[in-house]
Amino acid sequence: MAFLFAQFLTGLANAAALFLVASGLSLIFGVTRIVNFAHGSFYMLGAFIGVTLMEVLPGHLGFWGAIVLTGLAVGLIGALVEVVVLRRIYRAPELFQLVATFGVILVIQDLALMIWGAEDRLGPRAPGLRGVWRIFGEPVPKYDIVLIAITPFILLALWYLITRTRLGILVRAATQDREMVGALGVNQAWLFTGVFALGSALAGWGGALQLPTGGADLLMDFNIIGAVFVVVVIGGMGSLPGAFVASVLISVLNVFGVTYLPQSTLVLMFVVMALVLIVRPYGLLGREEVAGEHGQVGAPETPIRPYGPLGVALTAALLALLAALPAFADTFLMVLVIDIVVFALFAASLHFILGTGGLVSFGHAAFFGGGAYAAALLVFHTQTPMELAFLFAPLAAGLLALGIGWFCIRLSGVYFAMLTLAFSQLVWSLAFQWRSVTRGDDGLINIWPADWLNATVPYYYFTLALGVGGILTLRHVIHSPFGYALRAGRDSPRQAEAMGIDVKRVQLVAFALAGAMAGLAGGLFVFSKGSVFPTELEIAKSFDALIVVFLGGVKTLAGGVVGASFMTSVEHWLTRLEYWRLLLGLVIIAVVILMPEGIVGTLHRLWQRWRPASEDTAR
Amino acid sequence: MTEILRADNLRKSYDGFLAVDGVSFSVRQGELKALIGPNGAGKSTCFNMLTGQLKPSGGEVHLEGTRITGRPPREIWRMGVGRTFQITGTYRSMSVIENVQMALISHHRRIFTFGPRAWKLYRDQALEFLRTVSLEDQADRPCSVLAYGDLKRLELAIALCHRPRLLLMDEPTAGMAPAARIELMQLVADIVREQGLSVLFTEHDMDVVFAHAHHIMVLNRGALIADGSADEVRRDPRVQEVYLGGGTLFKEAGDA
Amino acid sequence: MLEVSAIHSFYGKAHILDGLSFSVARGEVVALLGRNGAGKSTTMKSVMQLVPPRAGSVSFEGRELVGLPAYRTAKAGLGYVPEDRRIFSDLTVLENLEVGRQPPREGAPHWTVAQLFELFPNLAERRHNRGKHMSGGEQQMLSIARTLMGNPALLLLDEPSEGIAPVIVEQMARSILTLKAEGLTVLISEQNLHFARAVADRAIILESGQKKFDGSFALLEKQPEIRDAYLSV
Repeated sequence: MAFLFAQFLTGLANAAALFLVASGLSLIFGVTRIVNFAHGSFYMLGAFIGVTLMEVLPGHLGFWGAIVLTGLAVGLIGALVEVVVLRRIYRAPELFQLVATFGVILVIQDLALMIWGAEDRLGPRAPGLRGVWRIFGEPVPKYDIVLIAITPFILLALWYLITRTRLGILVRAATQDREMVGALGVNQAWLFTGVFALGSALAGWGGALQLPTGGADLLMDFNIIGAVFVVVVIGGMGSLPGAFVASVLISVLNVFGVTYLPQSTLVLMFVVMALVLIVRPYGLLGREEVAGEHGQVGAPETPIRPYGPLGVALTAALLALLAALPAFADTFLMVLVIDIVVFALFAASLHFILGTGGLVSFGHAAFFGGGAYAAALLVFHTQTPMELAFLFAPLAAGLLALGIGWFCIRLSGVYFAMLTLAFSQLVWSLAFQWRSVTRGDDGLINIWPADWLNATVPYYYFTLALGVGGILTLRHVIHSPFGYALRAGRDSPRQAEAMGIDVKRVQLVAFALAGAMAGLAGGLFVFSKGSVFPTELEIAKSFDALIVVFLGGVKTLAGGVVGASFMTSVEHWLTRLEYWRLLLGLVIIAVVILMPEGIVGTLHRLWQRWRPASEDTAR
Repeated sequence: MTEILRADNLRKSYDGFLAVDGVSFSVRQGELKALIGPNGAGKSTCFNMLTGQLKPSGGEVHLEGTRITGRPPREIWRMGVGRTFQITGTYRSMSVIENVQMALISHHRRIFTFGPRAWKLYRDQALEFLRTVSLEDQADRPCSVLAYGDLKRLELAIALCHRPRLLLMDEPTAGMAPAARIELMQLVADIVREQGLSVLFTEHDMDVVFAHAHHIMVLNRGALIADGSADEVRRDPRVQEVYLGGGTLFKEAGDA
Repeated sequence: MLEVSAIHSFYGKAHILDGLSFSVARGEVVALLGRNGAGKSTTMKSVMQLVPPRAGSVSFEGRELVGLPAYRTAKAGLGYVPEDRRIFSDLTVLENLEVGRQPPREGAPHWTVAQLFELFPNLAERRHNRGKHMSGGEQQMLSIARTLMGNPALLLLDEPSEGIAPVIVEQMARSILTLKAEGLTVLISEQNLHFARAVADRAIILESGQKKFDGSFALLEKQPEIRDAYLSV
């Protein structure tokens, strides 16, 4: 019993840092509507800056002074990021900003590596709080007790700030209608910068406060961001008390999970989130989001049409070039093109559900990796012939998408995105921790194609035929009555329902189709590499696809394909360099700022400017 | 005239607040009936319960004797009830005619069709409906560039696609110029006469209401306070008090 | 006080205001009339710099507004009440008023919450209610009161009578007459000619973003052909 209580206290202590970081994210999202993936990076910066300051400043005053200063420093860095990057793209399509924040993550990762090196840092103990207190005979670190004591005051201070001060009222008003706040004489640009700085500072404080128990390392940003999003979503986006309750819930569950169900640790919080969202679609204390307020990707303003003669000719020329490639290219180039086609199909399938369906999925890798694993498991365990196993990839992924979609499509916007993320984490942890079947992170190897395909050139044509075929199929569906019904449900769900369209059913079928196509890409992938590892199911894989779709241009049909080609090529060249993340991050940020409509969207606009007479349709 | 729609003791509450409190009425075939009342009286809530966007907290709705209470909008639509909204919900990413074609595709139950190009389906029929509302010249323009009044007319064309027996129009002329309002309601009145369809509409423009409605109902704070002919309603002292006003400050109050 | 000269404003590619010029003198109440789509709301937004004109000038007490962000325009002494009211629906009446609060301004009436509750008694009763639980008429009053908290010298009222019960429209007209008596300058856009005539000194009629008439209501009365052509009453 006493042990349980001590465990509970540890959970409560861990909740302090988590709550600080989560409340910062919630605040930023509430006002700026930016889903800030870089929030974990500010937490990591808080830890590193905190360590450095604590080394310099002596004694009690030094320790606590360092924590306070760290928050201020991270707040300043946050303000800088807001002014330099985000301020330029508030007018870009919704959720486009998350691509920029992903660029910021990469930049901060490499900058931290440059400044602090690759080695993990141990956090100093808090002076005067090194020992333990015995509670019911169990040792509890003194620092934990102090953290537990501080947390309610943090909540109270934030709650007071938001509900009782003029700044808080302005923040809540701006959450609803930024332009009107501006028309009433409030400089909203600075309000945004201020909120972003405050949110970043909270993350920085969180990073510094956990130092005595955690330390600082370069993986902290990704490790916390998942938990922070889970907390914000479970609590309800924008609800501070909700974030508090959820922080405690997740932290306590984690502590008990580590003790009693060690094999569940990776997935526990995502299971909790999925359960909460299925029962309460807007989180514990959240309120219903107004449909289309955000999470909805801006719909194209112009009707879409298939390519005209010129477009068809150009596409045919490109395909002819690709078909002729083995005649003059070396193996390296062919493998690169295989990678591009596989990724392009994966991205096109996400683009289908995201652009045409208006459903932003954060967990699309579940279907790519799911398809790859489905085929690989068959080959690995039952020696199924490659042809049959390959067919199983899109089939299994489609069924998986049907199952996951059945839960997810009842939600919308950010909540939909987070539930898809939760399910993809479930699939990932299955692959990672069910070692007897999946071999965990050793992966499944020796998954080679059938003899007639087992060489670069035949497999190249195989990939080209199926990859391009998949992409063209998706494009065809977009122009079919089903594709129109899907767009109708995106443009105006209310009108679509009032027109006899079962929007949720249409979305579910579309989600399954997108899943099957991602699975097809996964199948092509696994036989081209000969192996599959849990990394293909990771969050980062889902985000890769999201980024290329946004980079290419959500509003255009070719966006996913072009974005994937661009990204795969750029990565191939950059990864040879030491600080490639920094460069890639800067490239992403530059594209976001310079081409707010995506690559294809911007090219299309330039084309129209050059030829002003062209008809107003998007292709 | 036979009764087409009947609402009995319809109620809706939102966390303790009674938005609609026991409303009963009926709409007869071939009738053009108006529902008026101050903002926030519960008109849109009533409409949304009739066409399924909201589930009533209590009461019943019958369509030609069949109970439709709480059914989803798409089923009520298939049973022959059309609906237009206060804020138009047309599909911005489609052209004008594609909006109509979408409705026809749904009417012919071809949503889950993957083969044909959608914009080739039912084009002639769609053009016919656009002609009814004089939008045929704009058929291939993007919906997003349409003027507001034209959007309202497009919505009407869409609502007519499945040959409804009853049409519910929420503020059909809001935001239109006075002349255009009269024109649109004249069109609706013609359609009612020619097709024997019934229309229930909400409206703020009293000129439109008194010029076209056969019967008028007045809703105030969630309850019906009048239901009768135009003259009866105009003379009702309670209606004057809560809604029409005395017209002391300027004559002809309310031809907003 | 306000001098608008030859402004051209666009929504995307659509050319809405086509070289519009007019002026408003201190203490005047001027009504912008015209059909829907004539450019009334865009005129309001262009003066406020929410839709910045691409050409022309808007000067307020001798100061050029074109090129300033909307919040600077508000600080210069313009108060804007939007057509769709845009109440902060999750905030209470008092909090809505707080968002609008600005320091007192020389040469403009100074408003306190108490005075505004006197002007709009309905709001006083509902001071702790959230915006979303209020009727359309109450929201309209709150929107005006919120803007008055900024102590504007010139009030821009965009279609205050649109979509509001006739009985509330009468109340609204009385409130505007009170504001005028306080010395406030008001530019109001309207489709309701009777309402406009009851509150305004002068009428400006717009059509396709151009000015078609500028003068007193008495003058307008004598030119029924103008009224019939552009207002279609």
